[in-house]
Amino acid sequence: MSAANKKRVDRRRFLTDSARMAAGCAVAGSLLAYVTRDARALPQQAIRPPGALAEDDFLAACIRCGLCVRDCPYDTLVLADLGQDGPATGTPFFTARDVPCEMCDDIPCVAACPTGALDKDLTDIEDARMGTAVLVDQENCLNFLGLRCDVCYRVCPMIDEAIALELRHNERSGHHAIFAPTVFAEACTGCGICEKKCVLPEPAIKVLPVRLARGEPADHYRKGWEEKDAKGAPVVEGIIDLPDRLPGPGTDNLAAPGGFEPGLGAVDGSAGGFQPTFTLPGGTGQ
Amino acid sequence: MSTKGKVHLPTGQEALEKKGWYGAHKYLVLRRLSQAFFLFLFLMGPWFGIWWVKGNLAGSETFGILPLNDPLILGQMMASGHWPESTALIGGLIVLVVYALIGGRVYCSWVCPINPITDSAHWLHDKLGIQKGWQPKRATRYWLLGAVFIVSALTGTIAWEVVNPVTMVHRGLVFGMGWVWGMVLTIFLFDLLVARRGWCGHVCPVGAFYSLVGVKSLLRVSAVRRDACDDCMDCYAVCPENQVISPALKGKGGATPLILSPDCTNCGRCIDVCAMDVFAFTHRFDSNVEASPDTGAAIVPSEKTAA
Repeated sequence: MSAANKKRVDRRRFLTDSARMAAGCAVAGSLLAYVTRDARALPQQAIRPPGALAEDDFLAACIRCGLCVRDCPYDTLVLADLGQDGPATGTPFFTARDVPCEMCDDIPCVAACPTGALDKDLTDIEDARMGTAVLVDQENCLNFLGLRCDVCYRVCPMIDEAIALELRHNERSGHHAIFAPTVFAEACTGCGICEKKCVLPEPAIKVLPVRLARGEPADHYRKGWEEKDAKGAPVVEGIIDLPDRLPGPGTDNLAAPGGFEPGLGAVDGSAGGFQPTFTLPGGTGQ
Repeated sequence: MSTKGKVHLPTGQEALEKKGWYGAHKYLVLRRLSQAFFLFLFLMGPWFGIWWVKGNLAGSETFGILPLNDPLILGQMMASGHWPESTALIGGLIVLVVYALIGGRVYCSWVCPINPITDSAHWLHDKLGIQKGWQPKRATRYWLLGAVFIVSALTGTIAWEVVNPVTMVHRGLVFGMGWVWGMVLTIFLFDLLVARRGWCGHVCPVGAFYSLVGVKSLLRVSAVRRDACDDCMDCYAVCPENQVISPALKGKGGATPLILSPDCTNCGRCIDVCAMDVFAFTHRFDSNVEASPDTGAAIVPSEKTAA
């Protein structure tokens, strides 16, 4: 083989080899990319540690070293096992119903993270937003059935801020109250203690990822009443405040909507009062 | 030099007879001890509650102050768009500097938990006399390393960690196995049946990365007494990267006896298996060639090859 010939063959071989290698890597790389995309589907019951970046950023930052797991004093956090747990293999998470986050003041898991996957800007655990508790099943919640279970409310580390009991009428019994456990997402850290302590075999209150638990208002939405308070005057100039229509018969009586007439004497004779503009069937009114 | 009409002995037989079992397995034993030692450091916590070392090979903390981080993972992290905090940066830098000095692939042969798996696959492969099978080019791993960085950048994730058997097996042993045994078995079978020395020798991008880290490393094996070589080929048989031997052992003229290829894992098996004690650990500036005691005189390599 002449030198020139050999050179040409060498060049051809080099080009073929490179092309084959590039093609092989493109296939392997595509498979890898597919697997990484697949790994992003975080199951709903898997909650990331406090301060965790948003899931996409988290997978760019978490090296799966498990130092947060080691420094968690309550053994809340675990690393996802290959093929058994839902989150990306080796990443830290917790299942509220197993062991919830106890909301340590010094947030040792965040302090342990070497890469910033758990954000060091989180210095007050009450600012953590691991998820949001949602009372998912009013039909089985004991409080909604009219009992005074109150457990989720009592155990909430942010009692009366993240979970409050709201009174409402018990339509079933007709003369009792329902103490409805109500979550205020603004204050809920997603620690999961309510879900852990719910007395039902399957909890009626669950911590969900924020993206599932909450809606998001459009950027341009304004609440008129807040704007009015801020401005101290109606937002739109020169608006005419029409009388409100109230429920009940006779509401088309604009002089005394709903039957209320300030000028009328009350039943006990004091100023202002209620005089129905209608008559009850078979009676003479009130 | 000729084989002097010797019958072909099984690999390592000659060294065994000449140097005794320990002499012929010294670095193998030390290497297994080292692998066990580094694994044990991580297991002391979960097994005995002695938390000297926390974490795993991806990132760890020793005695509460010393951070160590895998620089390959940090590289992918940066490619995917996250800049690590200083703890991880310092940890990664320490690891980089250490392996840059002692040889990047010392990680592969003295620390990596996959090595005992692929070594045992190779041992069985030899015993069963299986064909070497698919042999992708040694450069495949470098291409794959490039692909790993590209995928990290495109997907915004630390891509290789999704499948990396090195950290998965280590994490499995320290934190809980899950289905990692399946991965262990897969690698074993791949090396046994699909490709001889396939994983560590051709595919693994972690090894490729550490090869690059150790390109200029100080610690090297040298064929310092290459004049004494009797061409028994045992070093080629045991070396996991045997393409690195020839330039040093068969180097013509004034060619350096140092094995300078970054693919060399500094495992020391060639030192063990050589009955003539051709190889020795030294540093990269020691290109000294010792005269063979057999030939009795210091012969300049060029003269010898000319003869």
